[in-house]
Amino acid sequence: MHFLPILASLRRHRTAAALIIIEIALTCAIVCNAVFLISDRLRRMDTTTGLVEDELIRISVTGISEEAPNASAVTLQDLAALRGIPGVKSVASTNMVPLYNSSWNTSVSTVVEDPRPPIESAGIFMGSPDLLETWGMTVVAGRDFTPDEYVDFEAARAQKAHIGSVILTRGAAARLFPGKDPIGQKVYSEKDAQTVVGVIDRIMRPGGLRGTDEDSYSIITPVNIPYTAGTYIVRTDPSRRAEVMAAADAVLLKIDPSRLIDERETFTEMRKDYFKQDRAMAWLLGGVCAALLIVTALGIIGLASFWVQQRTRQIGVRRALGATRGDILRYFQTENFILATLGIVLGMALAYAINLGLMGKYHVGRLPVEYLPIGAVLLWGLGQIAVLGPAMRAASIPPAIATRTV
Amino acid sequence: MFAYYLDLARRSFRRNLALTVLMVVAIAFGVGASMTTLTVLHVLAADPIPGKSHQLYRVQLEPRKANGARPGDEPPDQVGYDDGEGLLRAARAERQAWMTGGGTTIQPDRADLKPFVITGRWTSADFFAMFDAPFAAGGAWTAADDAGHARVAVITRTLAEKVFGTTDAVGKSLRVGGAPLRITGVLERWSPQPHFYDLDAGTYGVKEEILVPMTTALELKYSHQGGTNCWGPSPDGNSQAPGAPCVWSQFWVELGSPAKADAYREFLVKYSLEQKAAGRFQRDPAVRLRDVTDWLVYRQVVPSDAKLQTWIALGFLLVCLINTVGLLLTKFLRRSGEIGVRRALGASKRSIFFQLLVEAGTIGVAGGALGLGLAWAGLWAVRHQPTSYAELAQLDLPMLAATFALAVFASLLAGLLPAWRGCQVTPAIQLKSH
Repeated sequence: MHFLPILASLRRHRTAAALIIIEIALTCAIVCNAVFLISDRLRRMDTTTGLVEDELIRISVTGISEEAPNASAVTLQDLAALRGIPGVKSVASTNMVPLYNSSWNTSVSTVVEDPRPPIESAGIFMGSPDLLETWGMTVVAGRDFTPDEYVDFEAARAQKAHIGSVILTRGAAARLFPGKDPIGQKVYSEKDAQTVVGVIDRIMRPGGLRGTDEDSYSIITPVNIPYTAGTYIVRTDPSRRAEVMAAADAVLLKIDPSRLIDERETFTEMRKDYFKQDRAMAWLLGGVCAALLIVTALGIIGLASFWVQQRTRQIGVRRALGATRGDILRYFQTENFILATLGIVLGMALAYAINLGLMGKYHVGRLPVEYLPIGAVLLWGLGQIAVLGPAMRAASIPPAIATRTV
Repeated sequence: MFAYYLDLARRSFRRNLALTVLMVVAIAFGVGASMTTLTVLHVLAADPIPGKSHQLYRVQLEPRKANGARPGDEPPDQVGYDDGEGLLRAARAERQAWMTGGGTTIQPDRADLKPFVITGRWTSADFFAMFDAPFAAGGAWTAADDAGHARVAVITRTLAEKVFGTTDAVGKSLRVGGAPLRITGVLERWSPQPHFYDLDAGTYGVKEEILVPMTTALELKYSHQGGTNCWGPSPDGNSQAPGAPCVWSQFWVELGSPAKADAYREFLVKYSLEQKAAGRFQRDPAVRLRDVTDWLVYRQVVPSDAKLQTWIALGFLLVCLINTVGLLLTKFLRRSGEIGVRRALGASKRSIFFQLLVEAGTIGVAGGALGLGLAWAGLWAVRHQPTSYAELAQLDLPMLAATFALAVFASLLAGLLPAWRGCQVTPAIQLKSH
């Protein structure tokens, strides 16, 4: 095509051309990084908990008075009553749940009082019988706890009862016993020893996601958690959740009216709430990207329109000398393509530089190479769309204009 | 002259209306986005207690066991029962407060109001004077109340109005967590942002409705909220108990001068050595005394999302500016003929430069005005975001002025190169070509 004449003409408008190239480069670099950050947030929001979320409800109960001497007994009554509500499949009490910020953590090692435990922080879930069933989990190796393994929470806390067995997540098992069968092995939190009886695939840890292997380290212990130290999990038919939630209040308050239903929500709501900040950030980044692309497109339109105006006479002469409308159109399209390409090449380098800066300061990963072609295609397309209007106007300049003074 | 240049600028705008609007809108977008995020950053990084941020210090000690120690370990952020109680009793600072966040229930003495759950703070008498908590009625409890586990409380105006229908609640009794407490004072609405004195209870938007003496709260077993860190089993499983190898509470001191801070630091080292000699501490003394400003930096309070957003917005502003530079340049160069005539008629390069800069500045003022509107809309959007700091996002006067200054400065900067190139036009060539 007419590369050489276009380059010659661009050389006469060096500063303006350089500016539009820089603008395209910056837009390309920012958009590449922003799209990467958005996808990162979307991936976080996609994190699976390992639970049958659409069947679960969390109910948290608190006593009006701080004294609750018979909390354990009341909890057993509560669980039985909740189980009796029509539509309920299974219930359990637990000290903590995924998608919530309160978390219990412990170090885990294969030796007693290890100054450098292989797992410095694992989520420690404690739950009543049926916890795995309620969450919709199955053990992938070993077995679930047997009824005689469950200990009372207060007794365990006061060290009057010992928790003897533990179920690990696959991640924790692989970290503690690489290449070995974890079943039957002993694990230690400080001095406390437990025998591994089973392994589950995974469960999301409460609190913030770290984005590292630590997220997959959790242990489950057989402890009857009273309502004062934890929360109830109810598994129902997905379609009957609202109905069960409404019925649960009355059932629980009937057992002990000196209490308040503190919180009551479905796991669908909890998921939405837990990831709200990520969702907001993704929308914001998307908005900035859109605004950037619009501004850049308007810049291209503005500059191209000026050039078309400026070259009206020149275009007329070319038309008079036999150039077709298509030739003129393609001239401006090619010109834009050259500018965009230079901008994109510069933009790729800049995108990597920005990514390196972000990696150093914030918890941002390395920009995958496949984001660069996305940015390139986006800006080429944008340039071509933006230039189309001015280019068509240029193409419609009649040859007769060459004979007039403009 | 200035008025004439303004008139010239106006004529030029009218000739290329679409382009002028484009430049104004681009600047407005860039300025609006930047100011929105900068305002958010500004409020997030704000000094929560101006005037005292260099007099209030957070105390950190090293009570952990020797096993597992690593060189360069920072001492824990919090203290346990023994050190909190011990330092409070030693009373070696001008003022000191031992505290933790907590939750409890309120049972109003009214049939129309059901019991409800609230968050509060369990602390000691000096808290109110140290943190400039403003009283609407009554006042703080006394050190004697702390020592005597007195059944007293300070509540906020919001809670007083909710339970009693009036702020005049001093002396009244309120059932808190099952026990009747006498109200000694009612606080005005007061919530320092960020919630610097206990970041484990939340950073922004923390609302604590009731304050009760720590000793009373422990006796009545009010629940504890915030982080707990243990390195061994606690007696009876109670991490807040005396002797428990846990940290769960915060200790703050007020020290009027750097010399006093140094003296207190020495006291902390001496205290740590005594504790080690007594067998309570196992490691060598590691004490930290950070003032509020240092504490917020140490705890990296400003969310990295907010910083990231600011960088993105500034990048956006840069693109908008380059966009404006490019458009102004083409615009000015297209007017070479007009400039040539003005030069030939005797206008100096300087006055051409000034004239073009006035035109660029006018675009900046218009962009700034529009940008202000966009920033205001942006902050409105931020306030409707589900972040804990959402309601803090308000445009204050300095930020308002800064917005305008940024817009005008940015557009003048953008006009600099085009104006300089414009005034280089040689009159003779321009005149000849026409």
